[in-house]
Amino acid sequence: MNAFATEFRRDLAIWARHGAETMNPIAFFALAAFLLGLGLGQSTSRLDDAAGGALWVLALFANVLAVEGLFSRDREDGSLEQLLLHGKPLFAALLGKVAAHWIVSGLPIAALSPLVALLVDLPPSGMYVLALTLLLGTPTLALVGAIGAALVAGTGRGGLLVALLVMPLYVPTLLFGSGAAMTALGGGDPSAELLWLAALLALSITLAPFGIGAALRVGQEY
Amino acid sequence: MSEVLLRASDVGYEVDDLPLFHELDLVVRSSEMVEVRGANASGKSTLLRCLAGLIRPASGAVEAHDQFAYLGHRSGLSDTLTVRENLRWLLALCAGQRRANEVESGIEEALVRLEVGHVLGRSVASLSAGQRRRVALAGVLASRARLWLLDEPLTALDDAGVALLAGELRRHLDCGGGVVAATHRALGPPPARTVQLGES
Repeated sequence: MNAFATEFRRDLAIWARHGAETMNPIAFFALAAFLLGLGLGQSTSRLDDAAGGALWVLALFANVLAVEGLFSRDREDGSLEQLLLHGKPLFAALLGKVAAHWIVSGLPIAALSPLVALLVDLPPSGMYVLALTLLLGTPTLALVGAIGAALVAGTGRGGLLVALLVMPLYVPTLLFGSGAAMTALGGGDPSAELLWLAALLALSITLAPFGIGAALRVGQEY
Repeated sequence: MSEVLLRASDVGYEVDDLPLFHELDLVVRSSEMVEVRGANASGKSTLLRCLAGLIRPASGAVEAHDQFAYLGHRSGLSDTLTVRENLRWLLALCAGQRRANEVESGIEEALVRLEVGHVLGRSVASLSAGQRRRVALAGVLASRARLWLLDEPLTALDDAGVALLAGELRRHLDCGGGVVAATHRALGPPPARTVQLGES
């Protein structure tokens, strides 16, 4: 737990001091959702059907935006080398890093989503389920995205390359997340999809840190 | 017979199928300093990264027998954090079991030794290149590792800094520590061995 807490605190401090940069993906999510509401206009029935999925896609892209810089700063200043050498267990340390990142990128999006749902006129029933799916799904997105970010950390490229690399791993989360939101909006019971989201989260917590560690090690060979 | 801190046997590394070094044997015992010399791009940094275990050599094996501290080209200090926060983090990584007040006093003592005690509360972004190097070296000191792996430790240091480092190296060797340093200039204490890279 020590390694987890150490990394978590350090990264949280760093993200907090780069406030404007940290806020970018969240602002993107809120703005894009607002524009979506405007763009789809008055036809509320169509909006109801699509909004859950559309907001999920926005959350996914906000995650892609946020995650690309996860390791680049540490790599440039050399603290990544120290972490790889001395971080024991590396698994816990990396989990701490991703957790700190999720606190500043995923959690605000899940917290904002009921507000955003108001912008696109979602009924209250769907609103809460949407927030719950994002709460369960964004940590998975952060963990999976971190694998991609670790892979590209050494190349100096990011952005859509991360998305392309890990897109297949994003897909199940997106499907179950938007599926649960849409089921709830349609008046159904979304608990099956929610359980799947929770299972995916458990799976990614146990496996993703190994992938992240391996990718970061490969990146050391330049 | 003094204790072996690091043993590298038959180590080789290739870049684009061209050998950077091969069949290299290296032993570091306590109270010994090994200098790695060679022209630019001869593989000094790569050798140190192999010894630290950051990259895997193409052939051969490296065994470290004790805790080590590694200082590469990049200082390992985050610009965003203060000197204190950076060193606390570093020590939490390499000396997690030590008590908090012991860590604090260790950090302060190491900074004072390298005459940068006054920057403790400052953000790393506000430091000069030489000060950063001194702070990074203070991190190595404070880690209390037996083996130091230093990649061009003299970079950006002024004459006073070079002299201070020479003193600290001597002290470390006297206390039974070992050093592997890639360098272009003499570090102060006479090296037990020199590894020359880039000669075919």
